[in-house]
Amino acid sequence: MTTSKIGSEGTIMKIAVSSNGKTLDSQVDQRFGRCAYFIIVNTDDMSFEAFDNSSLALGGGAGIQAAQFVASKGAEAVITGNCGPNAVRTLNASNIKVFVGQSGTVRDVIERYKRGEIKPTDTPNVGEHHGMGRGMGMGRGKGGGRSKA
Amino acid sequence: MIISIASGKGGTGKTTVATNLAVSIESGVQLLDCDVEEPNSHLFIKPSIEGTRIITTPVPEVNKQKCTLCGKCADICQFKAIVVIADTVLTFPEMCHSCGGCMEVCPEQAITETKRELGVIENGHRNALEFVHGRLRIGEAMSPPLIKKVREYTRADMLTIIDAPPGTSCPVIASMKNADFILLVTEPTPFGLNDLKLAVGAVRILGIPCGMVINRSDTGNDQVRQYAEKEKLPILMEIPFERRIAEAYSRGEMIVELYPEWKEKFRDMYNRIEESLQI
Repeated sequence: MTTSKIGSEGTIMKIAVSSNGKTLDSQVDQRFGRCAYFIIVNTDDMSFEAFDNSSLALGGGAGIQAAQFVASKGAEAVITGNCGPNAVRTLNASNIKVFVGQSGTVRDVIERYKRGEIKPTDTPNVGEHHGMGRGMGMGRGKGGGRSKA
Repeated sequence: MIISIASGKGGTGKTTVATNLAVSIESGVQLLDCDVEEPNSHLFIKPSIEGTRIITTPVPEVNKQKCTLCGKCADICQFKAIVVIADTVLTFPEMCHSCGGCMEVCPEQAITETKRELGVIENGHRNALEFVHGRLRIGEAMSPPLIKKVREYTRADMLTIIDAPPGTSCPVIASMKNADFILLVTEPTPFGLNDLKLAVGAVRILGIPCGMVINRSDTGNDQVRQYAEKEKLPILMEIPFERRIAEAYSRGEMIVELYPEWKEKFRDMYNRIEESLQI
């Protein structure tokens, strides 16, 4: 097996990308913990595997569980849009590099990585519960009556 | 006796009813504001605060020298508050529900208790009325543990009035459980009705007798009354949409103090609740 030199990051081969779909032409899902799929790409030959994200429906701790999942699949880096504090802590503990703020197709971001155009971070770029979206029942109703004409 | 003032929908008048009811009874009564995410009863009661307590909950701390990374703690945790990954163990105190499972299963006794602050409880008086409320720490996600601590101030020799949070989720259940009566405050609008039905569903699961207050009762439509009739829910009070009531509220004043006829109405309502429970 040969290991090609890749970008400025050396020899990372397995990268997990949060994705809306199951192919290299799917869009990067902006959420990490609550993305639809993880695509784990071998940067050497662009072979890949897509996995459903079982953390998607989790009440809490989705980022932590997603980080555990990509670690269990042997990913050495994560490319995503937004990554919260718990996920970043878990990924850091596993020595997985984190690239945030990315969009476009999975193929695009892998190519960008290979060209050394993106830099890893060790801090979260969003707060907790960022990816929970609307309609998760976290809000409180507050209303007043309208005055009678 | 414990009366919880609840509602499905927010902003229907729970605090108005709870505070005015408490002040109308005058003696042998305590008001517990369990809407710890945004307590506001004190704006109307204006109590003298006599005590402040910081409330904490136990969370795990791992002695990494003793830890063998066996992962039993992570397996038992249902909330991802403790995770074994790579060659380390991580704790996420803000995810912890304080069940103590991780400490129980750790074969190395590597896990000890530390604390996470939930918020504060303040207590005091307005004349003979005893007042207690909780204030959830900003950033704290779990309110039921603090609500339960507020409810520990319940005195068996008093009438306890609880101002509950809106909705039907865990904080509301924590504020209604073991009450003797639930007073549901609603408004005669489609939103009011929709959320009232959800609240009645929750109250029925708890098996607690309940009645209704219709606020802004001369607005909206008739559907809430039709629903009450169909479900045999007594309408114990109607508060009309009057400018003077809204003005009093906006200034943080008590309706029952400005307009004595309302004190009678609130007392009557209390008497009807008491009678209904004796039959």
